[in-house]
Order: sequence, then structure tokens, then C-alpha cells
Amino acid sequence: MKTNKSHTILKTKNLSIGYTSKKEETIIASNINIELKKGELVGLIGANGVGKSTLLKTLTKVQKALQGHVFINDKDLLKYNAIDLAKVLSLVLTEQISSKNLSVLELVALGRQPYTNWIGNLSKNDTTIVNEALNLTNIKDLKHKKCFELSDGQLQKVMISRALAQDTDLIILDEPTTHLDMYHKAYILKLLQKLAKETNKTILFSSHEIDLAIQLCDKLIVMSNGHVVSDTSTNLISKGTFATLFPKDLIIFNEKTASFKVKKE
Amino acid sequence: MQKANKHTISFITLSVLLILCFFLNISLGSISIPNKEIINVLFGSAKNLSWQYIIIDYRLPKAFTAIIVGSGLGISGLMMQTLFRNPLAGPFVLGITSGASLGVAIVTMGASLLGGVMVGVLASKWSIVIAATLGSFLVLLTVLIVSTKVRDSMAILIIGLMFGSISAAVVNVLSYFSSAEELQQYFFWGFGSLGNLSWNELLILFALYSLGILLSLGTIKTLNTLLLGENYAKSLGLNIKHSRLLIITSTSLLAGTITAFTGPIAFIGLAIPHITRQVFNTSNHKTLLPAVFLFGAIVMLICDSIAQLPTSDYTLPINAITSLIGAPVVIWLLIRKRKMMF
Repeated sequence: MKTNKSHTILKTKNLSIGYTSKKEETIIASNINIELKKGELVGLIGANGVGKSTLLKTLTKVQKALQGHVFINDKDLLKYNAIDLAKVLSLVLTEQISSKNLSVLELVALGRQPYTNWIGNLSKNDTTIVNEALNLTNIKDLKHKKCFELSDGQLQKVMISRALAQDTDLIILDEPTTHLDMYHKAYILKLLQKLAKETNKTILFSSHEIDLAIQLCDKLIVMSNGHVVSDTSTNLISKGTFATLFPKDLIIFNEKTASFKVKKE
Repeated sequence: MQKANKHTISFITLSVLLILCFFLNISLGSISIPNKEIINVLFGSAKNLSWQYIIIDYRLPKAFTAIIVGSGLGISGLMMQTLFRNPLAGPFVLGITSGASLGVAIVTMGASLLGGVMVGVLASKWSIVIAATLGSFLVLLTVLIVSTKVRDSMAILIIGLMFGSISAAVVNVLSYFSSAEELQQYFFWGFGSLGNLSWNELLILFALYSLGILLSLGTIKTLNTLLLGENYAKSLGLNIKHSRLLIITSTSLLAGTITAFTGPIAFIGLAIPHITRQVFNTSNHKTLLPAVFLFGAIVMLICDSIAQLPTSDYTLPINAITSLIGAPVVIWLLIRKRKMMF
């Protein structure tokens, strides 16, 4: 599995994101050039409303790019059909699943849908992968519990496990740490770091946990006012990028502790 | 594996129950026929010709109709509830009943408006079946066309309900201008009836029903994926629009033809999927679909047996019986389990 680590999984070329309505184009950010390598854990950070969701939606083909291209495994995103895309890209969304009457095992097994036959029966290989996904996320004991019996933290682990079972090179998570307490925020992000290392999958997540992301990610994508910068956290700190993230009237970035502090009056 | 075994036992129990209910259903009626004679008739060695006539030409087609109606409406209800992520959805949310009633209302009550000559032609039984079919399919076709343009399944649900209101209003206007006789004919159709089908009609109903069931088998995987919500389903490679079309087509085939032949039958489509989910404690459609089939058929056979009021000459409207018997069962299940499962 440990193939050439510098292999590029996700790449954007002069990407512009935003919305088009009947009359006008609203550009949120342009000239985005990012490159994610195999096995990297990458955090996407930025203030509310800066366009993190729009970027993620564009990268996952939910929304069209205004300009430029997205490549997954060197293939243009637009050239993927739905099933092929489901085999290279899996998602963990912020929305709740429709039915919480599913058992953990059933839910994780649904990750195998792109590979199963017309009625959805699991092959031996499918079962092995599902069990592996349960083990990697430490939820084997929850296997037969129903989803409505789980805590938010447990449910998030289950959703990550489901994405793992989909066995894709790239996993994208939209704010996986919202609604969680401090411990579980750290737990989930630490888990993502472990998964990226052990499975050599590329994991991209958006988050507001900037200090945790600085500590755990291989690379960060920082969005502010239409600019998108991507680099390692140490480089970003020395470049002073984090200081530009928010208006300076309330909080300031402390470079020594790599965290934000409330400004003293 | 333990779970699989538990389900196997439930399925065997239900199948045996279905066969028992089938025999119970054909053994009960306004004329009591000894059980031994019923078996004789079924194996073609009957002595009493009128008994043979009653069983072969009346009770048997009625029992088969009950099985088709119960299973068909149950399965279309299951598909609708999963598609619309709404436990209150049933086969009729798409405007199937209202479309059918509109068709029937036009035939029974609008006939006089169209001119006296047409009355005789229009009021025959086949014309009611055809009008109901046309009505429900026209409404569904509109909903289908709209559904390809709408991104959210919830919008389709509301559009279906709006069509229902429009049809109901037109029926009201028509009934205002109708004679008492015409009104009565319309209301009789609204009571629902399983007993009016000849073997030929049953054959046509069965053919369309089978097609609907076949299509529904093809939606099992899709329905399970939809349990995650539409966005997750899309990320798993599911084509939402195609799946929606397949599910709605299957539902309309099942519920539309059944309503056309038997009149509207309440409760079954809404409640059978709930009873099944409670009993089997699962949301997996691979288990639910066959289980709903069995439950629907059993409940319908029991309701029909009760509607017959054994040994009396009266037959109660089946549409009322299904709700009278069924609704308390659902209430009791929900109170006992304290939880609405979906």
C-alpha cells in the first residue's frame, strides 16, 4: 500500500468558485491552485461566510466551477460519472442521516453501495473492508447498536467509518467537529490524522478548530477575502497568514502559542 | 447470523399465517359452507353446484384481490415513506386517490352535464375503472413531469397534496350539480370494494400489479441508500432523479391500478410499513419489502373477513373497516414502543 507518497490525489488549476444566477456571476474566490498528495491530512480554515462550503461543494461536484478545473487522480472531475466518482471520493456531511433506525453495521456497510450488486448484497471482500473500517475507528463494540442510541461523538465516528468503507483515495469532511465537546473535537481530528497515516488516504476537512488543525494537519488551506493560500502550518505562521483571517478588533493571533487570544482592553 | 435466523422464523410464521387467513377468508361469508365442502371445491370434486359457484366465482377472486390490494398498497406506502423521508407518507400522497376520484366523479356525476345520451355508456362498471385509471395516471404524470424539474423530494410531496386539493374541489363542484342517484353511485365507489372483480378483471389487475412489484424489487438497494438522505445517496453514486422516477412509477402502477379496480382503500399503505418496522425492528428494505408484502396481505384478508359480517347478509364498506381495525393497532404499537421508528 505504501506507494509513491508524492502521488497527487486532488489538484485544482486556476479554479474560480462562486454562484451564477440568471444575470450575474458572484465570484467568491478565484485563482485557486491547491494540490493534495496521497496520505495527507489537510485542514480547510477560514472565517464564517468566506466560502469554505462553496469550495468543498465545487471540489465534490455538487456545484459547478465558474472557471478552471478540478482533477482527482489526474482526471478532470467533470469526466467522472456518478459511480466512478463514488469510488474515488467519499463524504462526511454536516446533515443528519434520514433514518437513525439503522444499526451501526448496516450504516457502515452502506458505504459499499458503489461496489455491490443490484440488490446490495455484500461479498466476502465487502465484509472484510467493512470490518476493517469498524476496527480503524474503534467502533466494533457499537456494531449492533442503533444510530439513535449513539452520542454525537460516536455517530461522527460511525460516519467516518462509513466513508472509510467506501474505500476511496480521498475523503472530504464538512466541519466534522461541530456539536462536539473539546475532548471529542481533538479525538476526531487525531483519529483523522491516524487514518491518513495508516490507510494512506488523503483526508480534507473544513473546521473552525484552528489551533487543533495547526497542530495536527500536514497542510492547511486558508481562505480569506477571496484569497486561498495552501502551505504547511509552520510556513503559514511565519508568513503571518493567520493574522489576516479575522478582523483585528477582537482577537489576535499569537505566533508563539499558535493560537488566537482575546484582545485585552 | 442470529438475526438472520430470527427473521427466517418470522417469515415462516407470517407465511403460515397468510395461508390460514386465506382459508379463513374463503370459508366465511353470508352463506355458511362446511369446511370439508370448501376443500372439495378447491380440489374440483364438489357436490353442491351453487356452493362451487360461490367459492370459485366469488370468494376466491375476492381473496386474491385482498392479497393483491394489501401487499400492493403496503409496498407502495413503504417506498413513498422512504423516498419522502416522511413517516406520514402513503401511496396516496402523490394524488393517486384524488386523481382517481376525479375521474370517477366526472363519469358518475358529470355524465348528466355532458348530455343524456352519454349516461348509459358512461355509468357502466368498466367506464368507472377506466376513468379511475385515467384520472390517477394523469395526476401522476403531472407529478412525474414536475418531479424531473424539482430538486427537492419534499416539493413533490407538497405538489401531490396540492393536486389532491384541486381534485377534491372539482369533485365538490360536480357534486353540487348532481342528482341524488349520481351522488350515491359516486359514494359507493368511495366505500371501496374487493368483491366486484371477475376472473378476467383480476387477471388484468394481477398483470399490472406484478409489473409494479417487479419494479419495486429493483428499488431495494436505492431505498436503502436513501435512508442516509439524498446528499449522501448522491455521494454513493446514486442518480437521484432516475431513482425517484423508478420509485414513483412503481408506486403509481401498484396504487393506481388497485384504486381503479377496488376504489380507495385507506390506512393499509400508511400503516402496514409502520407495523412491519415495529415488528421486525429494522429499516433494511431487503427484509422490509417481503415482510410488508406478507403483513399487507394478511391484514387485508382479515379486514375483508370482518367486512363480510359472517353469516349475515350485510357487507360493510371495506374502506371503513381497514381504518377501524387498523388505526387502533398502530396507536397501540406506538404507545407500547413509545417510539416512532423510521
